[in-house]
Amino acid sequence: MNCLAILAIYRFEMSRFFRTLLQSFISPVISTSLYFVVFGAAIGSRINEVEGVSYGAFIVPGLIMLSVMTQSISNASFGIYFPKFIGTVYELLSAPVTFFEIVLGYVGAAATKALFIGVVILGTAALFVDLSIQHPLAMVAFLLLTCLSFALLGFIIGIWAKSFEQLQLVPLLIVTPLVFLGGSFYSVSMLPPVWQTITLFNPVLYLISGFRWAFFGMADVPVGLSLLAIGVFTALCMGVIWWIFRTGWRIRS
Amino acid sequence: MAMVEVRDVRKVYDGGFEALGGVTLDIDEGEILALLGPNGAGKTTLISAICGITTLTGGTIRVGGHDIVEGFRAARNLIGLVPQEITLEPFEKVINTVRFSRGLFGKPRNEALIEDILRKLSLWDKKDSPIRALSGGMKRRVLIAKALSHEPRVLFLDEPTAGVDVELRRDMWAVVEGLKRDGVTIILTTHYIEEAEAIADRIGVINKGEILLVEEKTSLMTRMGQKELRVELVHPLDAVPPALDGFDLKVEQAGRVLSYAYDAAAERTGIGRLMAALAEAGLSVRDVQTVQNSLEDIFVGLVAAQDADQETAA
Ligand SMILES: Nc1ncnc2c1ncn2[C@@H]1O[C@H](COP(=O)(O)OP(=O)(O)OP(=O)(O)O)[C@@H](O)[C@H]1O
Ligand SMILES: [Mg+2]
Repeated sequence: MNCLAILAIYRFEMSRFFRTLLQSFISPVISTSLYFVVFGAAIGSRINEVEGVSYGAFIVPGLIMLSVMTQSISNASFGIYFPKFIGTVYELLSAPVTFFEIVLGYVGAAATKALFIGVVILGTAALFVDLSIQHPLAMVAFLLLTCLSFALLGFIIGIWAKSFEQLQLVPLLIVTPLVFLGGSFYSVSMLPPVWQTITLFNPVLYLISGFRWAFFGMADVPVGLSLLAIGVFTALCMGVIWWIFRTGWRIRS
Repeated sequence: MAMVEVRDVRKVYDGGFEALGGVTLDIDEGEILALLGPNGAGKTTLISAICGITTLTGGTIRVGGHDIVEGFRAARNLIGLVPQEITLEPFEKVINTVRFSRGLFGKPRNEALIEDILRKLSLWDKKDSPIRALSGGMKRRVLIAKALSHEPRVLFLDEPTAGVDVELRRDMWAVVEGLKRDGVTIILTTHYIEEAEAIADRIGVINKGEILLVEEKTSLMTRMGQKELRVELVHPLDAVPPALDGFDLKVEQAGRVLSYAYDAAAERTGIGRLMAALAEAGLSVRDVQTVQNSLEDIFVGLVAAQDADQETAA
């Protein structure tokens, strides 16, 4: 294992992040605050509590998940797409590194950045509402796994994309709707029965539900199922990445 | 054992275009090999194949005895590549991209070495500049610094002097000389033939994905070098006197110069007989000069011959 290479990629990717640290810090703070103003204050004044939790607190796990997922994807996809776009990928391809090491470097950095933003949002949210975390370990585990698996997905998108438009396409057209419809801002039990059933096919629901369970001890679906879902999703991404590695798809001509 | 062994390497690109049609080539440790060939000949493709950037359609390549597929780590550890296109992360600082390259090749940090490389390439005062603030020639030197950062034993320079000014070109060749002294094997492509003539030990000519020739520069130039003897006369001539008919002379410069083409490597060059015949014909000679064909003439001749061959075959 070429650990120094993994570290080099990781550092290089993180340095991009540090160059824009202030921006990386401020934008989630502002957007979180906005969510609290709009959802928390406006809607929260009509919905007082969801299953015993104040509405403001209720949306926190969903808010974190929304950002963490989109950030993981965009960081990882951009991270690998950019070298392909400007041509510096030649260096990765000619270096004594395995594809696995490249993935570790990029996905690790993307997940770290997303994690940072997740933590910033959590901190910002704590300023607005009273938060208690019932299962801190599970909370951390869900957060880490989500960062990781969505960064893997982002990596795949970055390899697949042939243009900046395509790079935006999947997050915009698929992930954001899934997150919004996955119970980020409401409990599934608040929906009409038909929609409850449909929602069960949304994989993101399982993640948000599990994450929310870690905070408040309540869930739309059993926690075990949530864990299984994220496990399957991670395995699926790894499988695709392994296949890309075998075939050199869209990276090696 | 050759440092780089290329065996029957074929490369067919996705569109079905055959860029390399069975290339076999041995490159010895410590030599400088210059690859010449017109645009689209397959030089970059060959280099990309050796470095692992492009997959092979057929054939095998070994670097330092390691197969580039099965022993890719060991093989690539030995290789440094300066690509033809300038491809650099625009917002990153010079020194960070160089550090990155070293790390990527699994080498521990070595700031002294990196400083030395940057100084030799006159980049030290630019080390904290973002890449986009550099000129084109400086960027090319950054690419060289990156390739040298992990102390390669085999260095590929794909048109390193394109767009580099005279002074820097000289600096660059000084660096190359230094590497050669350290025993580094160097493969370079260039369109400046004088450059190949000046620094290479061996010359390879490639056209349409085939190696036409690989030969020691000196032997190549004597073997293929047509020489020309130019005889300057005291009194201009209107035509070649009948006594000199057998020599196939050309009259130039309004009859002041007779030129005689001969093969320098031949057993008998005919120069002695010509001189005797000149004296016999009563021509007084003012000066004699020999001119050797340049590598460029050889190169153009080879490529034109292959193109003509293929046309007649088709
Ligand atoms: N990715 C690719 N897909 C399809 N064809 C390619 C690709 N890369 C190169 N080619 C073709 O392969 C041939 C050889 O290209 P290559 O870049 O190796 O030439 P070269 O000798 O380096 O030329 P130059 O002196 O212009 O750099 C060209 O005809 C080129 O069009
Ligand atoms: Mg080329």
